[in-house]
Amino acid sequence: MLKRVHFPTSLLPYLLVAPQVIITLVFFVWPASQAVYQSFLIEDAFGISTEFVWFENFAYLASDEQYLGSFGRTIFFSVCVAVLSMSAALVLAGFADRIVRGATTYRTLLIWPYAVAPVLAGALWVFMFNPTLGIFPYILEFVGIDWNHYLNGSHAMMLVIFAAAWKQIAYNFLFYLAAMQSIPRSLIEAAAIDGAGPVRRFWDHIFPLVSPTTFFLLVINAVYAFFDTFGIIHAVTQGGPANATTILVYKVYNDGFVGLDLGGSAAQSVILMILVIAMTVVQFRYVERKVEY
Amino acid sequence: MIENRPILNMISHAVLILGVVIVALPIWITFVAATHDPVRMTQAPIPMLPGGYFWENFTQTLFGGGLSGTESAPVWRMLLNSMMMALMISFGKIAISLLSAFAIVYFKFPFRMGFFWLIFITLMLPVEVRILPTFQVIADLGMLNSYWGLSIPLIASATATFMFRQVFLTIPDEMLESARIDGAGPLRFFWDILIPLSRTNIAALFVILFIYGWNQYLWPLLITTETDMTTIVMSIKQMLEAAEQSPQWNIIMMTALLAMIPPVFVVVAMQRLFVQGLTETDK
Repeated sequence: MLKRVHFPTSLLPYLLVAPQVIITLVFFVWPASQAVYQSFLIEDAFGISTEFVWFENFAYLASDEQYLGSFGRTIFFSVCVAVLSMSAALVLAGFADRIVRGATTYRTLLIWPYAVAPVLAGALWVFMFNPTLGIFPYILEFVGIDWNHYLNGSHAMMLVIFAAAWKQIAYNFLFYLAAMQSIPRSLIEAAAIDGAGPVRRFWDHIFPLVSPTTFFLLVINAVYAFFDTFGIIHAVTQGGPANATTILVYKVYNDGFVGLDLGGSAAQSVILMILVIAMTVVQFRYVERKVEY
Repeated sequence: MIENRPILNMISHAVLILGVVIVALPIWITFVAATHDPVRMTQAPIPMLPGGYFWENFTQTLFGGGLSGTESAPVWRMLLNSMMMALMISFGKIAISLLSAFAIVYFKFPFRMGFFWLIFITLMLPVEVRILPTFQVIADLGMLNSYWGLSIPLIASATATFMFRQVFLTIPDEMLESARIDGAGPLRFFWDILIPLSRTNIAALFVILFIYGWNQYLWPLLITTETDMTTIVMSIKQMLEAAEQSPQWNIIMMTALLAMIPPVFVVVAMQRLFVQGLTETDK
């Protein structure tokens, strides 16, 4: 933590940490504690009177079918995004790892969607799947599918999953490729000498050896799907049709800024904070163990 | 290479090319849409090959009022706002994390660990989960519709402080000892030795933070009410809404293209630093 050789105590270290500590207090700790405080309040629609109600907001959420439905949808959405983008990235990285020449070129061509903002990713996909103009509904019509994500809830869900997973492939690919390239070649060569073919080597050696990366990416992808996909939902479906794509982050925003239910929105924020803290702890415990092969 | 299997090599290339095509398809369609005239973009199916209206759309988007029939700032102004926000976030974050990591690693002072944990908790509070109260703080401070309001709440970050702490811990103690023998004070040591030694880490972090700042969406959406302060990324949503009445997909897609060029350029041009920054900040 601390250097063996260090500077003597003075006023200077306080001045050095001051900017970050002040910003943290004003923009992180204070708002977060406000959110916790507000989650215990119920305010009437005009903001005239507030009442301290302890856990009533939470109790209401626990019995609110809309909230529980949104919870379930968020988990479904996250699992789909993680599985889709991670398996695509694993396959691509597995093949890129094999290739002697051109691996860097493929990497360049595959990583840049990482730089595309989620809301832009949403805009691109909503254009491709536009029911009247888009290229995919036009193609799908030939197989008899009438694509309309404005009316059909499962179409809308599929669309946001595609857009979210598409953007995340780049990230997963980079980590898988780095993990595979750090596997000692002698290990794979030994397997090859023992007669294991490429598919066998992949499943019996490479895949188990990159499992720490898989676990790490699972957490990262879950956090991404939970929190960073607001832009996609907001641009593509606005939570609709009929709440079919209202994930938790979108609901916090919608109940707070549109519905003006401050207490309810704050209670949802607190639940989300607990979720982030849990995920961060899981991730940190992984970091401690990551050296074990 | 372990063994020579020409067929498997061909399959590998084929799969990778297919992957590249799938990944690039949305961008290709965007680019094509940005090169056609508005009339062509209302006829299904939309074209798959570029048209000849690229420069017309480009100038109309960048310097005209964007979409006709909506009130919004010109796109060059939004690009400027996004650039300001992204640069302020990246430089601000790097500056304050360098300072606090320096203090935590090189000084012994009361409450050192307290400060460390205070910084650590920011890791657990993304903007999305504390939007309402943070919005109230910004409104109370009169920072709505300003570059400060856009960037400062996103500046404090434990990840950057952690990374610099890690970097400083790898710097040999002899550096400090010899610097002190030569009579250098703490600030001299920081500026002349620590900063030059962590230059590549700073650059790598800059790439990541620039993309993070540029791609912010929910936060600018909340705190900018004046059209002059809108960022390019959040303008896309307003255009999509307007598109439901009068579709001008060529302009929308040109705007989307302009919005993704700067961060994509940064990633591709500084690929090595980008990969380094990504793996360092997330672990």
